[in-house]
Amino acid sequence: MSDLASSSGSGLKAWLTSENPGSHLQASCSRAYYAWLDFAANRLALLGLIIVGLLIAVAAFAPLLATASPIAPDLTQRLLPPSADYWFGTDELGRDIYSRIVYGTRLTLYVVVLVAVIAAPVGLLVGTSAGYFGGWVDKILMRITDIFLAFPRLILALAFVAALGPGIENAIFAIAITSWPPYARIARAETLTIRRADYIAAIRLQGASSWRVIWGHVVPLCTSSIIVRVTLDMAGIILTAAGLGFLGLGAQPPLPEWGAMISSGRKFLLDQWWLASIPGIAIFIVSLGFNLLGDGLRDVLDPKSGD
Amino acid sequence: MTSRSDNAAGGEAFLARLRLPRPVRVVLGVVTTLAITFLGLLVVTFFIGRVVPIDPVLAAVGDHASASAYEKAKIELGLHLPLWQQFLLYVKNVAVGDFGESVLTANPVIEDIKRVFPATLELATMGTIFGVVLGVPMGVVAAVNKGRWQDQLVRVLGLLGYSVPVFWLGLVGLLLFYAKLDWVAGPGRLDIAYEYLVDPVTGMLLVDSLIAGEIDVFYNALSHIALPAIILGYFSLAYISRMTRSFMLEQLSQEYIITARVKGLSETRIIWRHALGNVMVPLVTVIALSYASLLEGSVLTEIVFAWPGLGQYITNSLLQADMNAVLGGTVVVGTVFISLNLLSDILYRLLDPRAK
Repeated sequence: MSDLASSSGSGLKAWLTSENPGSHLQASCSRAYYAWLDFAANRLALLGLIIVGLLIAVAAFAPLLATASPIAPDLTQRLLPPSADYWFGTDELGRDIYSRIVYGTRLTLYVVVLVAVIAAPVGLLVGTSAGYFGGWVDKILMRITDIFLAFPRLILALAFVAALGPGIENAIFAIAITSWPPYARIARAETLTIRRADYIAAIRLQGASSWRVIWGHVVPLCTSSIIVRVTLDMAGIILTAAGLGFLGLGAQPPLPEWGAMISSGRKFLLDQWWLASIPGIAIFIVSLGFNLLGDGLRDVLDPKSGD
Repeated sequence: MTSRSDNAAGGEAFLARLRLPRPVRVVLGVVTTLAITFLGLLVVTFFIGRVVPIDPVLAAVGDHASASAYEKAKIELGLHLPLWQQFLLYVKNVAVGDFGESVLTANPVIEDIKRVFPATLELATMGTIFGVVLGVPMGVVAAVNKGRWQDQLVRVLGLLGYSVPVFWLGLVGLLLFYAKLDWVAGPGRLDIAYEYLVDPVTGMLLVDSLIAGEIDVFYNALSHIALPAIILGYFSLAYISRMTRSFMLEQLSQEYIITARVKGLSETRIIWRHALGNVMVPLVTVIALSYASLLEGSVLTEIVFAWPGLGQYITNSLLQADMNAVLGGTVVVGTVFISLNLLSDILYRLLDPRAK
């Protein structure tokens, strides 16, 4: 059947859009293809994907793209305006701002990825356990989640950094510890809708332990909503990290962190606008990219919550 | 911002058994939640203050203190007690407003906070007013014109609001509107010439200057607060307009709207009286939430505009490793934040008969 269908169409596209998929793989690919068509129809979401893709590419190939060292000062070249040699000008220590922006993508990605890697699993674990076990486990875990949800996040992050000392790792920890509660809420809500499903009962009858059920069969169903939410939160995480950097509490000099670059460029704002403006534009573009991508993903993966 | 409405559900379910009138039950339930959440906040700040730093005694007496001074300070701080007793002591102190003394200003932290808090309150209030006055109509217009350019414009404005770093926007705003165009006054709350002209009554200059009848001071203060309030309020504008839009879309698809149209009511009346009237309740919740987040989110704006508020106080203390001040400020902001959150919860439950 499927051979007939695929030979009558034109190669890959027909294989993907076949109405009678011959294998599990073909069905999955077909589903992904239709999701992609939905996603690609949204031009803004596509723009978001391109921005995020560029961010990753620039971070990966930073040494090739940079035209100078991001941290070595050259005091003979201080505060030069943008030119052919220095595309975005130079800062107060004569460092090439373009190269610092390029290397700064690595720090931004580092923060975003680490926060997501710490906060999302914590939220998933708390939320799915609460939803799956119910009863007092649910009460206690959700009470703790509510407490953290009611906290002022930025101020709490500030207090954590104050105690741990400034630094990018501590900033990441402080942001992560204040950003898991929404994931727990979402994961719990998803778990509640499937915990009584027949297939969960079937797995339990086969003798699977609670953890096996949660990790192997509940968590995978929650991940798409969590991914949407994490992507939407990325912009907030980037802005918070940049804010901590701006206050001097995030990445420390001479690291080319964008928030810290704005902070040090602030003194020269009146006469050398490029010092503070360009890192700000970089932060803005990357946050915008994640917001657009998140909105697009939400429409495709989680159509219920959009309008 | 996920739904807040089931926040106090636990406490309320328990209280349901007591057969109290519903409003009392709602308030009691929320107060219970408030108490538990507040205790949670204190556990976290206590943990940050006592457990994380390597040696809080050394932080208090300095590196060069003698062994006897060290021991004395340790007993004074109550650090020889078991951890749980230290926590009880901490809760007791916080309950009476004792956060210890600030190393930086040598005042009791609570006095410092009383001095700086009105500035933050004033800024956040003006920001919220800006956000509500523009955000609600924008959300309504976007919903009514769904998919048309008005809707796209509101959406783009919202996206920008969620993507721009506030401190950067503040700097660019200062450069443009203060340095280049000279439309507004610069950083700070007042020009030096106007300082100390009015006695602090509320601590909010806009109010104090009106009480004292000093119109010049009022205009100067207004000129100073305009830019930071607009920039801070932009974020509440983004949030409020987005929420208003989605609430309105929900209402406009209801059958009573069709009924009203069939009756021949004017479109203006249907939209602004019937539909908007029905979204007022969730809208109040959204506004309270955004007010709370402006109070905490003003930290960066205060730094950029040299605004002598709580955010600047906390940040300056932080950079000087003045932990008493940092934690005191955190507790105060946290308390206001939690209270506003739960207040919006009470309002929602009391105003909307459908919310159970």
